[in-house]
Amino acid sequence: MCTVCGCAEGETRIEGDARHEHEHVGADGAVYRHVHGHGHGLGGGHSHGHGHVHEHGHEHDHDHDHDHDHDHDHEHDHGHSHPDAGGHGHDLHYGLGPAHAHAPGLSQERMVRIEQDILGKNDGIAAANRRWLAERAIFALNLVSSPGSGKTTLLVKTIEALSGQIPVSVVEGDQQTSHDADRIRATGAPAIQVNTGKGCHLDAHMVGQALVRLAPEPGSLLMIENVGNLVCPAAFDLGEAHKVVILSVTEGEDKPLKYPDMFHAADLMLLSKVDLLPYLTFDVDRCIDYARRVKPGLPVILVSTVSGDGMTEWLDWLAAGLAACPSPAQD
Amino acid sequence: MHEMSLAEGVLQIVEAAVAETRCQRVKEVRLEIGALSGVEVEALRFCMDVVLRNSPAEGAAVVFETLPGQGWCMQCADTVAIGALYEACPRCGSYQVQPTGGMEMRVKDLLVD
Repeated sequence: MCTVCGCAEGETRIEGDARHEHEHVGADGAVYRHVHGHGHGLGGGHSHGHGHVHEHGHEHDHDHDHDHDHDHDHEHDHGHSHPDAGGHGHDLHYGLGPAHAHAPGLSQERMVRIEQDILGKNDGIAAANRRWLAERAIFALNLVSSPGSGKTTLLVKTIEALSGQIPVSVVEGDQQTSHDADRIRATGAPAIQVNTGKGCHLDAHMVGQALVRLAPEPGSLLMIENVGNLVCPAAFDLGEAHKVVILSVTEGEDKPLKYPDMFHAADLMLLSKVDLLPYLTFDVDRCIDYARRVKPGLPVILVSTVSGDGMTEWLDWLAAGLAACPSPAQD
Repeated sequence: MHEMSLAEGVLQIVEAAVAETRCQRVKEVRLEIGALSGVEVEALRFCMDVVLRNSPAEGAAVVFETLPGQGWCMQCADTVAIGALYEACPRCGSYQVQPTGGMEMRVKDLLVD
């Protein structure tokens, strides 16, 4: 799939990957797209085969598909028979359209019921990531924030604090550069950089690929640092246990109301850089109130990597989450 | 947000359906977008227009059906209508409202030839 927001092909890079392999559009404009249509709506019963479908328009003189949906009662009666009415029974279509034209060469309009979530494909891959992580008892967090909230610094300090106790590995998402992964690797923790190119968020496919390369050890903590963006990453499940939103006190206390989707998607809010509060007019209580308007009951931890405030609470939260993961499957 | 990615997702669903039904052309794509889904309909409409080019759905009409936002107010212990994630219960003014409907982003159906 084109995993790149902005629709550009070939922009996503995962470290260690010369190129990414995806569908392509031929020079002649023909689409050679491998369709894995296994998306499905929540509770919906659609499943589509995994067949790689190369689109090739072979023409039939007769359109076989005119199955009627029997629970509507329009009355046009077309009493002509079809010499080769091959009963193509496809699960998807219900011929709701006006079925007047059966002459060879003429088309027949019909309605195809789909009822699929637009993000169904991402969600399917995220579910596979989640299974993969669960089998290994890896506690995975998706860290989301605007750029500059201090995600990477917090990660570095967290890794240092957990050193010798809990193994940590990191997936770093940025549009460009491997600066953040370099910073993480400097702590000794394994890290892999995913550059999204023009993309504004990580998606489940990128993370799945990164997991294979990173191979985090069973029973470890996996931190996925998303692209700095308070909007798009909210909608994309990566297979994580929780989204953790980080808001720095230099950003303004009304961010939860301005970017409600992200704060609604999060299971924990870290209010960062609280050592700067004496120099700011940031109203902590109001900020937390706004966040809980969007997400009732959202837990909040005030942290500072400079003063060390809140770090114990944050580390305890991590340890509790990890302890709640089932033991790794033995095989 | 990320409307181009969503448009790509729609295209993949449309292409799978085209392959499945062996239809020639898609004339209309109907989408259901919840009021709380965070999708900017006009942005998505623009992206759909771009993404559907050179596809079996080129030129198809893209029809949006907006589904209303709903939430469960913990104070009222009832389902209430909300227009945004941060809105208070219109009845009691409490912000203890858990969204229960209006998060949808779905391809509902296609009109094909």
